[in-house]
Amino acid sequence: MSTSHAMVMLRRNFTHITRNPTSVFNAVLMPIVIMLMFVYMFGDAFSVGVDYIDYATPGLMLLAVCYGLGATATAVNSDMTKGIINRFKVMHVSRGAVLTGHVVATVLTNLVAIAALIAVAFLLGFDPSASLLDWLGVLGIIVLLGFAAAWLTVALGLAAKSVETAGLAAVPLVMLPFFSSAIVPADKMGPGLREFAEYQPFTPIIETLRGLLNSTPSTTDTIIAVAWCTAIALVGYLWARATFNKRA
Amino acid sequence: MTTSVIEVSGLRKAFGDRVVLDGVDLRVEAGTIFSLLGPNGAGKTTTVNVLTTLVRADGGSVRVAGHDVATEARAVRSVIGVTGQFAAVDELLTGRENLQLMVDLGRVPARDGKRVVAELLERFELTESAGKPASTYSGGMRRKLDLAMTLVGNPRIIFLDEPTTGLDPRSRRTMWSIIRDLVADGVSVFLTTQYLEEADQLAHRVAVLDQGRLVAQGTPDELKRQIPGTHVRLRLATAADLDAAGRIFPDAARDEEALTVRVPSDGGTASLRALLDRLDEYHLRAEEFSVHTPDLDDVFLALTGRTTEVTAK
Repeated sequence: MSTSHAMVMLRRNFTHITRNPTSVFNAVLMPIVIMLMFVYMFGDAFSVGVDYIDYATPGLMLLAVCYGLGATATAVNSDMTKGIINRFKVMHVSRGAVLTGHVVATVLTNLVAIAALIAVAFLLGFDPSASLLDWLGVLGIIVLLGFAAAWLTVALGLAAKSVETAGLAAVPLVMLPFFSSAIVPADKMGPGLREFAEYQPFTPIIETLRGLLNSTPSTTDTIIAVAWCTAIALVGYLWARATFNKRA
Repeated sequence: MTTSVIEVSGLRKAFGDRVVLDGVDLRVEAGTIFSLLGPNGAGKTTTVNVLTTLVRADGGSVRVAGHDVATEARAVRSVIGVTGQFAAVDELLTGRENLQLMVDLGRVPARDGKRVVAELLERFELTESAGKPASTYSGGMRRKLDLAMTLVGNPRIIFLDEPTTGLDPRSRRTMWSIIRDLVADGVSVFLTTQYLEEADQLAHRVAVLDQGRLVAQGTPDELKRQIPGTHVRLRLATAADLDAAGRIFPDAARDEEALTVRVPSDGGTASLRALLDRLDEYHLRAEEFSVHTPDLDDVFLALTGRTTEVTAK
């Protein structure tokens, strides 16, 4: 019963994506535009010790995950504020089905965006030395991060008063990658920002991806990255569950 | 013999310090329309949310179809249909897909799904627009689609939270006739409204909710009996005319500001002619003349000392 409800919800979310392609367009295209911008315009100005495209791609993958989140937050909020979630609740559709539909749709959109991004990166000369196993690790981290970010975004979307504030609530998540080691190494940043960049969750995640793609995975980074993702996912899930049950 | 499908006693609900429902008792008989009437902010939607298992009450007992909403939410949900205050349709899906969504969520066996969807589209005159996304629908069509979605699976108790708010008069009448048809099929309807005329038109029983308390309950006729009867309203041109009218109709109520008098009357032609003759006799002319039968607006004014117009948007 509950799994079939989840499938119905997921199908609904996919129909939404096909009906409203601009949101996906944003999620897929924006990271590529940013990649072109940084690699062609600024890339030569940064000296990062390696080819800039090789340095930037892992961070841009993370950025691609975040760009998809605005659409999720607004979609969840519009379900909530327009009364559709109440309709589902009264029909005894579980929160699992409703919210998981959004989370899974978000993760799958992420994967599409990242596949497109990596394809463009290869065209620009991206040359990772990752083995098949490393690539699987990359996929695992991306899915885990996507899952965590999606649950947090679903919670933000549920808690927001209106569709506009929901869109705004996801902005910090979109901005966070810029203040990490995604674009430039943290040790090149000014004081204050450097410490922030070093300790914020996205930096270890990016360093993990970087390590995997260079075939030099760092165990410490990986453990910290996985711990951050698990914590974010858990907080997001519990918050989303509480808001879903409370708000009518 | 009548059986109650909804029994509420001592219902209380507060959000923080704000008491929204302060001891509500009501009972809805099977196969009838019960209307909860009140201005915005009276607590109507909260009542619906509690009765439909969306919000937990702080106190009191609520039974719907014999099931306790707090402990047997699942059983309650299986027999009710709810149309909320805002048309809860999926705007990106077409009308048909919206209905199919309800079918897929297990309200009807899958093999009957197509037939049920087609019948509902037909019944609500949505067949032509069935293939268009709901975002292109007018307000009236959205409400109809919303109600059609609620009806998938034939719920026996239906909650309608302000089903006609924001609709034009024509769509409102269509909605009314749909609601009457439902009851003709034996469905029980719990309806909230801020329109007194709507309660008057539809409901078998009306309860007036004001600031979280029921201030009156009864049939529309019983409620009307609680206030002054039929009267003739005369608007005079000047204050002097008003004084004169006051002298020739000593039992009339005067409103100095509006320059009107309310003369008790049975509204029949004989008494109206007598009244007009009396005006002629004293060479008085009324600027405006109207026969006023009490409506629920008067009830509300009499019960709470306020009109609904002030609080209604």
